[in-house]
Amino acid sequence: MSAAAFFAILFNVAALTLVVGLGVRIADYARTPAPLKIPTTPAPATPAGVAWRMFREVAFFESLFKGNLWLWGLGWLFHVSLALVLLRHLRYFTEPVWGWVALIQPFGIYAGLAMLAGLGGLWLRRLAVERIRYISTPSDHLMLILLILIAGSGLLLKFVAHTDIVGVKIFCLGLLHFDWQPLPADGLLYLHLGLVAALAIIFPFSKLLHAPGVFFSPSRNQADNPREARHLAPWAARLERE
Amino acid sequence: MAANTEAPALRPFPTIPALTPGAMAELKPHVAADKIQEAIGFPGKIGDDWQARALGRMGELLNSYRSLKVYMDACVHCGACTDKCHYFIGTGDPKNMPVARQELMRSVYRRYFSVAGRLVPQLVGARDLTREVLDEWYTYFNQCSECRRCSVFCPYGIDTAEVTMAAREILDAVGYGQKYSNEIIGKVHRIGNNLGLPGPALEDTLTGLEEDVKEDTGVDVRFPLDAEGAEVLLVTPSADFFAEPHVDSLIGYAKVFHAAGISWTLSSKASEAGNFGMFIGNYEQLRKIALRVREAALELGVKRIVVGECGHAWRVAYSFWNTLTGIGAGADDPFAVQLQRQLDPRYKQPAHICEVTWDLIRQGALRFDKEANDHRVITFHDSCNVARASRMGDTPGGQFEIPRQIIRAVANRFVEMDPGTTREKTFCCGGGGGLLTDELIDLRVKGALPRMEALQRVVDKHGVNFMATICAICKAQFTKVLPYYGFKMGLVGGVHQLVSTAIRLDASS
Ligand code: SF4
Ligand code: SF4
Repeated sequence: MSAAAFFAILFNVAALTLVVGLGVRIADYARTPAPLKIPTTPAPATPAGVAWRMFREVAFFESLFKGNLWLWGLGWLFHVSLALVLLRHLRYFTEPVWGWVALIQPFGIYAGLAMLAGLGGLWLRRLAVERIRYISTPSDHLMLILLILIAGSGLLLKFVAHTDIVGVKIFCLGLLHFDWQPLPADGLLYLHLGLVAALAIIFPFSKLLHAPGVFFSPSRNQADNPREARHLAPWAARLERE
Repeated sequence: MAANTEAPALRPFPTIPALTPGAMAELKPHVAADKIQEAIGFPGKIGDDWQARALGRMGELLNSYRSLKVYMDACVHCGACTDKCHYFIGTGDPKNMPVARQELMRSVYRRYFSVAGRLVPQLVGARDLTREVLDEWYTYFNQCSECRRCSVFCPYGIDTAEVTMAAREILDAVGYGQKYSNEIIGKVHRIGNNLGLPGPALEDTLTGLEEDVKEDTGVDVRFPLDAEGAEVLLVTPSADFFAEPHVDSLIGYAKVFHAAGISWTLSSKASEAGNFGMFIGNYEQLRKIALRVREAALELGVKRIVVGECGHAWRVAYSFWNTLTGIGAGADDPFAVQLQRQLDPRYKQPAHICEVTWDLIRQGALRFDKEANDHRVITFHDSCNVARASRMGDTPGGQFEIPRQIIRAVANRFVEMDPGTTREKTFCCGGGGGLLTDELIDLRVKGALPRMEALQRVVDKHGVNFMATICAICKAQFTKVLPYYGFKMGLVGGVHQLVSTAIRLDASS
């Protein structure tokens, strides 16, 4: 099997696992009732207020900010950089490249460096702080190593060992249109792509579920209006009819 | 055990303690005897099939509580919560770090309910549910006061209290219950309140209080019991009936109703606001205990339901009563509508006694001699369930403002403790969540450390001699624990104790 075919299949499998795996988890979260009102108060009393609280939580990590400034700084740096890097990568999947994607290209490159710095800081913290070392499982370290390798190989491809990026883009567009194209022969590129696929496959089975999870967290997504509206889960309502 | 319990030294500059693994591994509350267990529908003893039962119940809970399911998955081991628990701060035991406490259950969840934990258990920290693990659950899930402080700082709002409740529910389901909480739940069903005070004794107590107040003030302040047709049903923790300093707040509520000319009553059927069903995470018990209040309200025909000074009781009342009993508004099902038609929609149902008092103050219906409290330099301890699991008034944060406004209205000298230890960041008293039992005194003393440090600073700086609070458990816990730290136990009291001191009883018009 050629490398192109291998990666084409791998990416299809990875995408499928990610989408189906996440879909199953999210459906499970959505289906599971929250029988009692348990927002951590003070909490907003209206749905609009809840949306604003959730936005602050997802965009600025508000609770983490209250909890630990160092961790907040490193975590936020990593996540924002990751978002920029992901958006920058849209250029490999759009033709012609969207205007705003072209615009953020230089930021995306710096973001790659910042992301690596953030990850390095997080790992250092995990290794150096006794409490955090105590609660870390091997998978916590491996996850950081995986992300560091992805970021590192990506940066090397950009700055040190230039790959045939035009060829990569043809391969990527081919993936999207189910029209498989050749992939430039480049070990570092294979590493980068292989690790990204691995990350996508692991996602729905790992702590990366914090990404969908935060939206389903009752302590953050419930409105504080228990006296004004009666909140009753189906299984709890059944008790009343007994 | 109590004899050799010593308070940890107060630290001038609180730092995060180094880990002392196993520091609290030997401290467990007494296990409930079979009679206590069976009286409330749990198996009396741990049977041979305990593991299957535990996993079965865990599966049911995972499918009934979104909180548990999401919290089991979402934690990234970031550690933001690790230094936030008063029990960790006071003991240094790493298993008292919130995430490590959750991990006791999460490791089992991974092993039996997740793909990764089935395939590569070591990699993701998954463990078999052995008897040792079950014992560890019993130890450390009975060292969490369900105070939710950790949840404030977690980027996903993971609330260790939810995990603790689920763990206790599983332990109960396999016949491994905690004596203190389960015995009390039995008493509520049998006698009507946590302290096991029967109706006639309650009546005597209330008559005695009427005489005391008459002697003190010369005014006939009534403490009615089971008065049909009263406007207000007051549901209060039973400690208010005779424990010190609780009873002084009860006198305060009575004076408020008297001065405002509101007819009110206590109920012998619902002579307890506390609801330990929440502590053990059992929905049926939570509901059954709460339903007594509904029944009492229907029988007495009251228009308003008011809750006295009690933290977890207010959480249950404010956040859960509408769900459990239909005490609230906005329902369209016949069960809830029946009661909601009876209650007066102009008032919040249920209301906290502080909301009632504050509304009356704002209307000018109460008058005070603030100077009567001048011998006190007052600070306010936010109780965790009020602060992080409920509200008062119309705006978020009213649970912080209203009690403080009342204190300022009835007293001249009020100071705040360190903002890192009040409002939503308040520290638990160390005795909440079903841990207020003698055999846990070592934990209770150590868990009080962060609050004691903050208190010491305002004592030194401002001469504080009264820490007001609105929770029966806080009052009982501090009364017991303050002396370990060299404070007088009379330093703690209720907000309505202050109201009681300053209120004018002749100004009802
Ligand atoms: S709920 Fe409170 S007692 Fe329990 S782990 Fe969190 S901070 Fe500690
Ligand atoms: S703060 Fe939340 S995500 Fe971080 S370790 Fe604690 S429980 Fe886990």
